[in-house]
Amino acid sequence: MPPSAAPTPRDRTMLYDFLFAPFADYGFMRRALAGCLALSFGGCPLGILLVLRRMSLMGDAMSHAILPGAAIGFLVAGLSLVAMTIGGIVTGLTVALLAGLVSRATPLREDASFAAFYLISLGLGVLIVSMRGSNMDLLHVLFGTVLALDDAALVLIVSIATITLVALAVIYRPLILECLDPGFLRAVGGQGAIGLGPVIHMGFIALVVLNLVGGFQALGTLMVVGLIMLPAVSARFWSRNVPGQMAAAVLFGAIASIAGLLASYHWSAPASSSIILAAGGIYILSVIAGRFDSIAASAIQLRHRTG
Amino acid sequence: MATNRHAHAHAHPFGNGHEGGCAHEPGPLPRRDGSTAAPGIRLENVTVAYRRHPAVHHLSGEFAPGSLTAVVGPNGAGKSTLLKAIMGTLRPESGRIEISGIDRRDIAYLPQISELDRTFPITVLDLVSMGLWRKCGAFGAVTRAMMQQVREAVATVGLADLADRPVGTLSGGQFQRALFARMLLQDARLLLLDEPFTALDMKTTADLLRLVKDWHGENRTIIAVLHDLDLVREHFPRAMLLARSVVAWGDAAKVLTPANMLEARRMCEGFDEDAPVCRSDAA
Repeated sequence: MPPSAAPTPRDRTMLYDFLFAPFADYGFMRRALAGCLALSFGGCPLGILLVLRRMSLMGDAMSHAILPGAAIGFLVAGLSLVAMTIGGIVTGLTVALLAGLVSRATPLREDASFAAFYLISLGLGVLIVSMRGSNMDLLHVLFGTVLALDDAALVLIVSIATITLVALAVIYRPLILECLDPGFLRAVGGQGAIGLGPVIHMGFIALVVLNLVGGFQALGTLMVVGLIMLPAVSARFWSRNVPGQMAAAVLFGAIASIAGLLASYHWSAPASSSIILAAGGIYILSVIAGRFDSIAASAIQLRHRTG
Repeated sequence: MATNRHAHAHAHPFGNGHEGGCAHEPGPLPRRDGSTAAPGIRLENVTVAYRRHPAVHHLSGEFAPGSLTAVVGPNGAGKSTLLKAIMGTLRPESGRIEISGIDRRDIAYLPQISELDRTFPITVLDLVSMGLWRKCGAFGAVTRAMMQQVREAVATVGLADLADRPVGTLSGGQFQRALFARMLLQDARLLLLDEPFTALDMKTTADLLRLVKDWHGENRTIIAVLHDLDLVREHFPRAMLLARSVVAWGDAAKVLTPANMLEARRMCEGFDEDAPVCRSDAA
């Protein structure tokens, strides 16, 4: 039969129909998959580092912080990818920079200053959004349009993933060092005007902002955090070193993307929430049955060894 | 009582050969660039303050090149603050700290163990290899030869069998051994140790103390914050008794007298919120 003809159920096994046909038959599903996989590759390793730096909730704060920027971009230029992206990056980095400055200039901890600035930013964002009344397009910004990724959005997401992986590889060593023993990095990292530690830290935050902005096209500003954080917190139960955890997180992100998109296709569920729920399922599974320190791992009573 | 302590002090105050006879066996690591001159540290009227309250108050004096000094004193006496000021991570509010003979980066610092995240998912080998920083920096390659040095350092502190374990599985003593291995690898001329033997058992303390003495024998300048006075009397030639200001500083036996200890204990721990402004600098 000619390949362009509609497939008949008999030609294919059920498994193929369920797992592969949606992607093979529909371009929008392939685009959605490519976008989500790229997000997983860039975002999930960042999630691991956020967990290690005890900044698990920072992604949440930052995703709210980029809202007013995206909204201003939308107000100025309509549903323009470039405008909303630039707006989001600018407000995200501004909040990160201000929070960092306040925490260094005063005894206020960084998470507290982050909370303060993202709440201000959120208030501003909601104000700006409401100036245009309710708007379906803007709703897409908040909750994502993963099934309608155009070329420009896809290129943006993949570029950000590439930049993230390269940048992470470059700053990996000082970044790990700064998590583990910041005093050591202060001692050996030179006595420049700012010092290596804060520079690395801000570079890392900038990567997080980039990924959140890249992700809001696909999953929405609020949901993208889920794809960054849920695989990362799950990975902790499967490996005891950082590279292993990063690999596991990327794998989980990819699995959640595929599973979420399939669920969305077969049962007409909203795509971004399906992906996040799939990642949530992996998390719950990991807590219960992960290899290290999970409930099952600590419940299994093997006889103790002699030494 | 006093005579007893003098007897201790007079037996080889600077030697480390009388303890196990390993005074000058070749170290496990090749020495870097030949600059073996030990750094000296001069404190000139140094005051370090937190929110106007001095933690270290008008400190003056000198750590001689190659000296091994214990800094003792009550909690809140400014011991850790002094180390951090020497290291350069805290800026003195007034006064000067001069370190002669080395670059500021040629200082190795052993933090209090509680300042590190001991659950971090990293192996012993990787933790210790942080000590290579001066050689390879943030981006340089770690060669096979360097990793061999790391393995040797790990073996020197007795952790060879645990090299590939995550640090989260180590006991407190084993973790401290790993930090000593890192310091060994740093091969610095000035070593600052903040409570290196706190909460360690006798064997670990003895092993790590041996390392400190080896470093002393290699003409490095060493300053260690300690609480175990007997250990200081027995093994440290010099001592500084600190209670924000110096109570006594010199030969350990002469510093750690009952009268001096009593005076150090008089330092009240809290700051007086309404303490008058210190005028002793005013010309």
